[in-house]
Amino acid sequence: MLAYAARRVFWAAPTLLVLIVLCYVLMYLAPGGPFTTERALPPQVLANIEAKYGLDKPLYAQIWDYVVAVVTRFDFGPSFVYKDRDVYEIMARGFPVTLTYGTISFISACLVGVSLGVLAAVRHNSVLDYIAVGATFSAQALPNFVMAPILVIVFTWQLGWLPGGGWSGGQWQYVVMPVIALSTSFMASIARITRSSMLEVLNSGFIRTARARGLSPTTILWRHAMKPAMLPVVSYLGPVFVAMITGSVLVDLYFSTGGIGLSYVNAALNRDYAVMLGVTILYGTLTIAFNLLVDLLYAWLDPRIRY
Amino acid sequence: MLRPINSLAPAVACAAILTCKSAYAEVHPITGEKLADDQTFIYRLLDEHSSIDPQIVEDVSGSEVVRDLFEGLLNQDAEGNLVPGVATSWEVSESKDRFTFHLRNNAKWSNGDPVVAGDFVYAWRRAVDPETASPYSWFMELMSIENANAIISGEMPPESLGVSAPDNYTLEVRLSLPLPYFTQMVTHATTFPVPAKVIEEHGDQWTRPGNMVSNGAYVLLEHVPNERSVRVRNEHYWNNEETIIDRVESLVINDENLALTRYFAGELDRTEIPAGQFPKLSAEYPDEAHSFPRLCSYYYSINLSEKGPLPLKDKRIRQALSLAIDREIITDFILAGGQFDAYTFTPGATAGFEPPMVAAAKMSQAERDEMAKALIADAGYGIDNPVEFELSYNTSEGHKKIAVAIGQMWKQKLGVATKLRNMEWKTFLEKRSNQDFEIARSGWCGDYNEASTFLDLATSNSGYNDSKYSNDEVDRLMAEAKLLDDPAANYTRVEQIIAEDVPLIPIYHYASVFMLDSDVGGWPVGNVEQNWYSKDLYKIAE
Repeated sequence: MLAYAARRVFWAAPTLLVLIVLCYVLMYLAPGGPFTTERALPPQVLANIEAKYGLDKPLYAQIWDYVVAVVTRFDFGPSFVYKDRDVYEIMARGFPVTLTYGTISFISACLVGVSLGVLAAVRHNSVLDYIAVGATFSAQALPNFVMAPILVIVFTWQLGWLPGGGWSGGQWQYVVMPVIALSTSFMASIARITRSSMLEVLNSGFIRTARARGLSPTTILWRHAMKPAMLPVVSYLGPVFVAMITGSVLVDLYFSTGGIGLSYVNAALNRDYAVMLGVTILYGTLTIAFNLLVDLLYAWLDPRIRY
Repeated sequence: MLRPINSLAPAVACAAILTCKSAYAEVHPITGEKLADDQTFIYRLLDEHSSIDPQIVEDVSGSEVVRDLFEGLLNQDAEGNLVPGVATSWEVSESKDRFTFHLRNNAKWSNGDPVVAGDFVYAWRRAVDPETASPYSWFMELMSIENANAIISGEMPPESLGVSAPDNYTLEVRLSLPLPYFTQMVTHATTFPVPAKVIEEHGDQWTRPGNMVSNGAYVLLEHVPNERSVRVRNEHYWNNEETIIDRVESLVINDENLALTRYFAGELDRTEIPAGQFPKLSAEYPDEAHSFPRLCSYYYSINLSEKGPLPLKDKRIRQALSLAIDREIITDFILAGGQFDAYTFTPGATAGFEPPMVAAAKMSQAERDEMAKALIADAGYGIDNPVEFELSYNTSEGHKKIAVAIGQMWKQKLGVATKLRNMEWKTFLEKRSNQDFEIARSGWCGDYNEASTFLDLATSNSGYNDSKYSNDEVDRLMAEAKLLDDPAANYTRVEQIIAEDVPLIPIYHYASVFMLDSDVGGWPVGNVEQNWYSKDLYKIAE
């Protein structure tokens, strides 16, 4: 397994490199550039700016310089749009915000989702099951761009309990609504996957055997059913965790959290190449890391899987 | 020979009285309104500004912040009139191409250093220096400052700019041509002074809280990108005694509906009203919902370049397209925020501009439709023989609604088949400036309150003439206008030519539509440029 992990880590570097090159070329091909404005810049000014950011060089040289700077100096360059900030700083500010509300959302989505799913499966076809299924369907039908304004109307305007947006260094009042908005639909998905997977496991042969042996329902559930039932959930959780900690554009947009999700989208719209690339590398690294983690977790959950 | 034409000394005293608040006064000295204990003004920003460096800033929201942090030679009052800033008076030469500004000797930077004429010289040179790469360097060209053009194109050094400081409190400006509205332009952020010492010490990072030194009524306390920026009183500001608002917070809230909810929750003192909601809000909150004319035009550019489609080269078709647009439907039903139907390019609210009664403006919509049908039939098209155009606009719900409505009007009345083409902003800009369009949405806001800020766009050499319209008479009239004391007649004629030739189709003139808490006083409702200064506002006790 160690060798497998080492091999995966080794392959991460070329994967990231391909990602950088692809991203750079796509950006290069997109019409307009960071300095395309409604009022075109004088040619001399444009030439100076392009020289300042190295955009006057041929494409391959730009990519080479970029990769060298990132690998040797961990230097992601300055933002093309925000004159007084560099990319590292933009990420260093935005990512912890997203990581905070993303992790809290992930934990709450897992705890509530799994519990709800297990409960519904164990009490299959009972009122509890119907309530749980109804609740998860409703939650999934409420996308966060509908949820966010409703939360603000209720908790900020009507009740006056929570601030309508901002981050303020991550004080709890500012975290509550982003977490609810982000976690609800994931929570519902987790509950549904857990429920169906648990139902399947509970109806399988080895559980019937366990029952026949006279084991208590609690023991059956926790010792025998839980691990196999979690397999599909875990494979779903890997990408979900990355999606959550890399942020939701809508959460950032509605709650002005200053998280990195919005910076990423704005960078694409503004053609802020440097920020685009920096965040892409960050997202890429996280995705690779968590996919590996999920694969390793698989082996632990399912004794049949061996690397 | 210099002759004094304006002394602002009386205005200084007057302005001081108008906003005077002694340390013990709790009522506004003029209105007598009781002032609130908490003088914090919080407003919504649509988007994070890219910079608050006066020579770099390019967006409206950034300029609002810059106007609080820095002060230029002159400011505007609630009506848009010029009032003293760092300069207390100015003179203009007989030939109208030399301006001398006299600066107050009590203006200070927030670190206590005096603001001197050299600070302006440094800032103005910085704006045109290609090294600075200012996206607003064109503004200095527009101001016609001697050699600005050559410096921007790298042919002359920045030191050759026509601005000098014979002493610490005198600023001399030499123009390449007489510009009657030059003083209007020095209220613009690009012309604000900056502290050379601080910029040299911190480089690009001089605009950060802690590094930044400014000379306006406020200093930057905090800036959290994409979240908020906070400014507090500048104790060294020359008029700090009379400033009432203590603290200004701008919160970045991208979604305007959400911003409105937060306004109702009491988190904001000011926010924009989303399109279509003004009638309802003004009925429910008559004291808070406001709509004022703005110096901006919404129009469609028609591609008259070689790349443009052949039928659009026919004036009759262009006229028909313009006539068939029922502007009332757009202003009254789609936008519904007090916008004005546009039949001229220049908004009627522009100072010194009397919109000419162009023929279309005098007709009823039924008459316009009849005329449009006749024109398009005359050109050989109509419902039986439809002509097809592509209408491009940048992604936005508002632009889409208008494009759909206009496409429908053209189809029903003229049989024109309109293909709507929605593009993301940067792609749209590139296509439009390269004339890769047929008809494209455009918008233009005046850089100063004078008709030439609009009509210059119709001249052959304008970089913003996306239609690539060229008319010798327009070029001549606009060049001549710059030398006239009263160019109104020229502007009227140019508008008449535009109405006849239709290189662009004016659709509506903007209004500033926003909610303002009724406890905020001093908002410059009469300033069509909507240049507001927090130092002129105050909060009334509820």
